[in-house]
Amino acid sequence: MIDMMCEQCQERPAAVHLKNIVNGKKTEVHLCEVCAQDKGEAFMNDDSAFSFNHLLAGLLNVSPVMKQSQPQQNHRHTVECSGCQMTFEQFLKIGKFGCPQCYESFRDQLPPILKRLHSGNTVHQGKLPERQGGTIHMKRKISELRSDLKSLIEQEEFEQAAMIRDQIRFLEKEIHDERGGGDES
Amino acid sequence: MKGAVVMSLEKFLNQAVSSWMNEDGPFSEIVLSTRIRLARNHNQYAFPTVFTKEEAEQTAQAVSAAVKETGYPLEELKMKDLQGLEKRVLVEKHLISPNLAEDTSSSSVWLSDDEDISLMVNEEDHIRIQCLFPGLQLKEALRRALEIDDALEEHFDYAFDENFGYLTTCPTNVGTGLRASVMMHLPGLMMTHQMNRIIPAIGQFGLVARGIYGEGSEALGNIFQISNQTTLGKSEEDITEDLLHVVDQIIAQEKSAREALVKSSGIQLEDRVFRSYGTLRYSRVLESKEAAKCLSDVRLGIDLGFIENVSRSILNELMIFTQPGFLQQYAGGFLRPVERDIRRASLIRERLEMDVSKDKGGSDI
Repeated sequence: MIDMMCEQCQERPAAVHLKNIVNGKKTEVHLCEVCAQDKGEAFMNDDSAFSFNHLLAGLLNVSPVMKQSQPQQNHRHTVECSGCQMTFEQFLKIGKFGCPQCYESFRDQLPPILKRLHSGNTVHQGKLPERQGGTIHMKRKISELRSDLKSLIEQEEFEQAAMIRDQIRFLEKEIHDERGGGDES
Repeated sequence: MKGAVVMSLEKFLNQAVSSWMNEDGPFSEIVLSTRIRLARNHNQYAFPTVFTKEEAEQTAQAVSAAVKETGYPLEELKMKDLQGLEKRVLVEKHLISPNLAEDTSSSSVWLSDDEDISLMVNEEDHIRIQCLFPGLQLKEALRRALEIDDALEEHFDYAFDENFGYLTTCPTNVGTGLRASVMMHLPGLMMTHQMNRIIPAIGQFGLVARGIYGEGSEALGNIFQISNQTTLGKSEEDITEDLLHVVDQIIAQEKSAREALVKSSGIQLEDRVFRSYGTLRYSRVLESKEAAKCLSDVRLGIDLGFIENVSRSILNELMIFTQPGFLQQYAGGFLRPVERDIRRASLIRERLEMDVSKDKGGSDI
């Protein structure tokens, strides 16, 4: 194997190889340790480059290696928010959404990012807004009741289990009715 | 220096002290304050990241209308109407963020009379509800913040998603939009070199500890802020409960560190406290770092009963009032760094004198 020389100084063998792919365009940089350190320091001293948002954006970029090896993932960069026209790529870069609609537009892309930021969690378990909460309150109640039902059956408390089952049916019907009304409007 | 613009220190402090600074809350010998913050957005407008001037204005109007409907006695301060120094003072009092102070277009803050509630408009999110309470009062502060949240929601359409929860500009806040933080004074754990062990341990619970005064990793005045990092996947109650659990343990460890210090080197500790007290009472030039160290020592001396005639709020108050914005506000104009150090020394001397003279004019030294 022929030793590649540093692009910068042409004196020392290249020890650091940077591959960068932006919009499908590939650029390569080969530097020796000394020149690479200089470059690195220049980057570190640039306050604007080393901001919280860049750190966050780095964290959001789930796996740059995977992106290179799986070109079919490229289609995700074209996802664009229907509300504010922010692209998913732009979101990754600045680490902030443009509008509430972004969450809907990027719904499929978000779970791995949220997992990373929130210790593996992707689903809200907290407060629901009173007015907009609507059927979500009931859905949560149903899932609570379901787990109650399961443990009651395991304990062979069938009488109580039947009561819980009726409650679940009642709530499911309520949700169904509300949905029907909502769809028509 | 003593021009007509300079008001008396007592009057200045009376106007500047927020209730959380000088009231004693639960566990106030270690916990200085508790803060709850909720991030909320309107479902029709773009986030401040990209919104247009008109949208910013519309959002501000929608918030304004909703706040008025709630009947909460909050008063609005518009960023564009404030001077640079005035904004800096609000930042130093933790009532607004540095981000909000930078922005002038249509951002504002709504404040309650005793400053325990502040509502930032068009910062990173459309609304940030903040409650600041003295001592350790996580449940109380959360309850108050959620009350305000409920009241606002009646007149304001929140951006909410069944799966993701409350939608926020930054994905680090999505879900509950809740940041619960507790400000702690931990000289015992610092003197016994235990913080290096505790900070990484806290991280394992989805919490983070950082110094809030000073830059980088140093924590001026041995003051740390412990807060939750994850906002998604746990209820508000669970988040604050987990934080409370860790804070309780830190309180217990700080207490035993203090006891151990008194037992093993009581006279050295007392000496350190009184040297710092001497520095604060008699210095003519005081840098912020030295002031913070001495204030922490004196506060510890008060907690341990070495010093009796100085109020406990001294650390809370003076950590805030000896920052550049406040010093210049008090002086009535711009001060160069050296002038600030002189000003800082004289403000602290005067403040301590107030306590000593209240104590029948007697002196302990």
